[in-house]
Amino acid sequence: MKRWLQLLAALLALGTLTFWLATGAHRGWTRTSVAVEKTDEITGLTYREYESRFVPGVDVLGAGLLGALVVATAGVLMRGRSRPPDRSPP
Amino acid sequence: MKKYMTMHLARRAARFSASLVLALTATAAPQTFDFKDPKGVNNAVFELDAPLESINGTANGVSGEIRFDPANPAALEGRIVVESASLHVPNPMMKEHLHGKDWLDVAKHPTITFEAGKLTNVRTQGDDTTADVTGKFTLKGVTREITVPVRLTYLKDKLGARSNGRMQGDLLVVRSKFTLKRSDFGLNPGAPTDKVANEIALTLSLAGAAPRS
Repeated sequence: MKRWLQLLAALLALGTLTFWLATGAHRGWTRTSVAVEKTDEITGLTYREYESRFVPGVDVLGAGLLGALVVATAGVLMRGRSRPPDRSPP
Repeated sequence: MKKYMTMHLARRAARFSASLVLALTATAAPQTFDFKDPKGVNNAVFELDAPLESINGTANGVSGEIRFDPANPAALEGRIVVESASLHVPNPMMKEHLHGKDWLDVAKHPTITFEAGKLTNVRTQGDDTTADVTGKFTLKGVTREITVPVRLTYLKDKLGARSNGRMQGDLLVVRSKFTLKRSDFGLNPGAPTDKVANEIALTLSLAGAAPRS
């Protein structure tokens, strides 16, 4: 069980970090839409169109790493509780 | 014969003068430009500084009318309306906060308006006019008089090209960049300025159409 929790914590941390890096390592807040700048040919005005896209920010990275830390801590505590009692003679 | 020629020339001159007067009247008359843009190009970009990243978004629910006379740009009058609920930022939680009671309170104050009063420092070069427009700006129920710099570009006969020939007429492009203080309009007065800046930078990019019937 302890090993499973440690493995889960490592996977969660690595997965979150990989996901964040792979989606552009956005150092702001998470976005669910991305602006695309366009120009109107006749008027020369620039405007934005938003495309639906999920871009994880530092909040998602932080939540993932915090989750991994909680799981890892649970694993450590479990190890402490399951330590066998000391039966050596006095 | 000579008398006939003189009468003929006089008639032609009168006809020419009449058409010239008509043409001048037609071009000199103020036109009403409608800023409800079916193409969705009209927009206001806003930006506020914040620690992690700036709050940067767009509002595209623009409407309103401006009366503009290319021969007399200083006589411009009209108003621009922006739907508060059209303000969009890419983060959904931030958008919810912006639309909420502390910020814009879009349920209670559905529009943001600017009503042009007078123009000063008017300079025209070709189709471009720059000026400072003083008018009444209403945001979250608070009305204040502000002066903003504008650049107006009159695009004669360009509506046809923009509407794929469905309508003929002129376009008026309005560009403006200015700064407001959120404290002046009661926008989340509780938020400290080290968390969210007091200054809101606004960039307006608008095009109005005056179709000819």
